[in-house]
Amino acid sequence: MIFLIIIGMSLVTMIPRMVPAFIVDRLQFRDWINRWLAAIPFAALGALIFPGIMAVKPNEPHIGLLGGLVAVGLSLLGLNIIFVVLGAIAAVFFLSI
Amino acid sequence: MDAAKREKATYSLAGNMFKRGITVGLPIMLGYLPIAITYGVLAKQSGMSLLELTSMSVLVFAGASQFMGAGMIAVGASAAEIIIATFVLNFRHFVMSLSFMNRLRSMDLKWKLPLSLGLTDETFAVSALHTTEAKEEKGAFFYAGLFLTAYVAWVGGSFLGGVLGEIIPEKLSQSMGVALYAMFIGLLVPSVKKEKRVGLIALQAMVINVFCLYVLQMSTGWSIVCGTVIAGGSGIFLLKEEQA
Repeated sequence: MIFLIIIGMSLVTMIPRMVPAFIVDRLQFRDWINRWLAAIPFAALGALIFPGIMAVKPNEPHIGLLGGLVAVGLSLLGLNIIFVVLGAIAAVFFLSI
Repeated sequence: MDAAKREKATYSLAGNMFKRGITVGLPIMLGYLPIAITYGVLAKQSGMSLLELTSMSVLVFAGASQFMGAGMIAVGASAAEIIIATFVLNFRHFVMSLSFMNRLRSMDLKWKLPLSLGLTDETFAVSALHTTEAKEEKGAFFYAGLFLTAYVAWVGGSFLGGVLGEIIPEKLSQSMGVALYAMFIGLLVPSVKKEKRVGLIALQAMVINVFCLYVLQMSTGWSIVCGTVIAGGSGIFLLKEEQA
């Protein structure tokens, strides 16, 4: 039964991922659509970061926000993304002690 | 250059691209491991076997929906409910895939198809900011390396979580929950530094996402879809031709 659920979940996740691979070949997008699609990554990043980041620690939204601020600070300094991630983890760890 | 030599040169170029992909994928690995382990622990507690919870990671490869799936299995939800909820939550990958595949136009379908299956929020975000590789020779190997690194971390981490779950202190695994957000921030900030308008697009997406979640009471999945599609639309006016 659980395997039936897993296979169903797999199909409904795979299909939306695969369909664009087939259709981009057949479509020639106008310039404005290309610009729209090029902006998608930045929009997605925004939507993925906020307000999700406030749920890092349940009922304590400031912890995630402060961890995020540390990440912003570190990446403004131009650090490699690995150190941005490690710095934010450390910040949240010390804040929640 | 004779044929054998040429073949060797192409071969090592492919290997190089693959390695570059792995390097770029390392932050995703770092972000995925703690979350995958947490998933493994939760799925085990919700009554799934080690084989089932690892298979879910192998076949679904989508973090949030797996947490939700395990949770719904725990409370005895029906298969139809779980599958529909997964579709709603993961439909955002359609938008991301469309954006990504538009970059990979020049690539063969035999590459595009397997690569499309590796798209998650994280692999999309990282690969979308490494667009030049799409046009380079053997660029597909770059994305393959990147996606496989993430996939191995996700599947391996889930298995690990299922095996040694309760040993990991909760404080540490919770602190590591910030990892993916920090990665998203670490991806976004340098682009904003280069082009302020990019920040404006991201900011709009945040506002629209909040509006959809709290005012319109939409699900997390649809809110992200709306935020991404609508704010991405402002790129039509904000981005210049050469960025598209």
